[in-house]
Amino acid sequence: MQEILDLLQNDARLSADDIATMTNRTVAEVAAIIAQLEKDGVILKYTAVVNQEKLDSENEGVRAVIEIQVTPEREHGFDALAERIFRFPQVKSLYLMSGGYDLQVIIEGKNLKDVAFFVSDKLATLNGVKSTKTHFVLKTYKENDIVYVDEKRDRREGVTA
Amino acid sequence: MNERQDRFSQKMLGIAPSPIRKFFDLIIGRDDIISLGVGEPDFPTPWAMREEAFYHLEQGHTSYTSNWGLTELRDAIARYLAKYDLDYDPKSEVLVTIGVSEAIDAVLRAILNPGDEVIVAEPCYVSYQPLVEICNTKLVRLDTAPTGFVPTAESIEKLITPKTKALMLCSPSNPTGRMIPADELARIAEVVKKHKIWVLSDEVYCELVYDGRKHVSIASFPGMKDYTVVLNGFSKAFAMTGWRIGYLACPPDLMAQVHKLHQYSTICAPIMSQYAALEGLRSGADEVERMRVSYQQRRNLMMHGFAEMGLPVAAPEGAFYIFPDIRKTGLTSEEFATKMINEYKVAVVPGTAFGAGAEGFVRCCYATEIGKLKEALRRMKLMVEGKPLD
Repeated sequence: MQEILDLLQNDARLSADDIATMTNRTVAEVAAIIAQLEKDGVILKYTAVVNQEKLDSENEGVRAVIEIQVTPEREHGFDALAERIFRFPQVKSLYLMSGGYDLQVIIEGKNLKDVAFFVSDKLATLNGVKSTKTHFVLKTYKENDIVYVDEKRDRREGVTA
Repeated sequence: MNERQDRFSQKMLGIAPSPIRKFFDLIIGRDDIISLGVGEPDFPTPWAMREEAFYHLEQGHTSYTSNWGLTELRDAIARYLAKYDLDYDPKSEVLVTIGVSEAIDAVLRAILNPGDEVIVAEPCYVSYQPLVEICNTKLVRLDTAPTGFVPTAESIEKLITPKTKALMLCSPSNPTGRMIPADELARIAEVVKKHKIWVLSDEVYCELVYDGRKHVSIASFPGMKDYTVVLNGFSKAFAMTGWRIGYLACPPDLMAQVHKLHQYSTICAPIMSQYAALEGLRSGADEVERMRVSYQQRRNLMMHGFAEMGLPVAAPEGAFYIFPDIRKTGLTSEEFATKMINEYKVAVVPGTAFGAGAEGFVRCCYATEIGKLKEALRRMKLMVEGKPLD
């Protein structure tokens, strides 16, 4: 099962046929395993990884990492507030953190003003939010195991022993 | 007298250049060709090893090392070999060399006298035959094609004469990916001990074995350490071809002879490469396993592809090569490979490059990305079916 997940995480477009061949299983077995993984919510979705920096600058947008300190609520802890935050479509990721702050939010917006406005208007004003600190992303080097800056090229000699 | 021709070694003039060269020249500078002709991993060296080399360069560790190689590296190699039930003293029985190639050359020169015979299990890596021949010895070819590309004790013993000095084996094999089963190795070991010959056991692909197999070294059988030279290195499993780090392990009396050659011809392997290799033994196991699984998946893809073409294949059990039988196309290995490049833009290596017995076979390396492998298989299928490339 892990082998199938590893293959799909590297290339979600691999067909069940190819995965079956590569992992020495029948196509029916592979299809059933994938269906079960989808049903169990282990595989949530298949998406394309987009390098925004390669898009036209007008579509590029900005990303920011926001550190938030909060006052946990009795009975709900951090979860209720976290949900109020991650429901916003601008919020791309949200993590509960150990250390100097509590929630880390990753936000995408059209421009700096857009993100700044969202933070001051929507996040900072939430009940329980004590402070926010906004860091804008200047360049993506690597994300989710994918390197954004390399040109991948096969440098091997064509025929060797 | 002293004509141009006379100014060269007659022996060297008689040695043929690598047959692979010709195919290399055919594809040089062409980026429309998918090459299954390489003999190395498609992964770069894992970062921890590269980073370790940077560190040592920054520290100014740019000197020679001991001729033997770094003490820490030899210790780590001895501990690593113990994994295969091998017991070698890192101080007197392990030598770090410039790739396995240097080790083979040095060992052959240390054991051979003119007129000796060396049995080479073919098909095999392209350097074995010329390195034997340069020693003014007789190359005795053991054709393993009739036994599924696995040398057998019986076929070896038939070739042994009073002049036989050594036997060269490679398992898992380049170019076939075949492994010698442990019970056959045990029988071969008995033949070797009976006739008191050396075995040069090239085990450079020992980590890359599939379907739960475990590599067995011929040196691990009772009494065999005295007759065996274990040859291994970092190029393949650790994806470190360009660093040129190999090693050999053998009894101390032979090592004393090999060590002299190594010392006089190379001094030592490059120090930064040795540190990187050491890091590979320290922390590289997970990366090696990740690569191994990936090769196994691609091997399965290739076997499936050749089955669909109706080309028979002796299933590769290790390494990253597959060696299909192309005789049903009616072409020779060389005709097949030439047509494949010129008309279908896929490079493979004719079996004949690896020994005379391999006519009718081609070597395909599957250490290439999956999309390219699938496209190469598609094109090869078109050729086998006599259809043009679209």
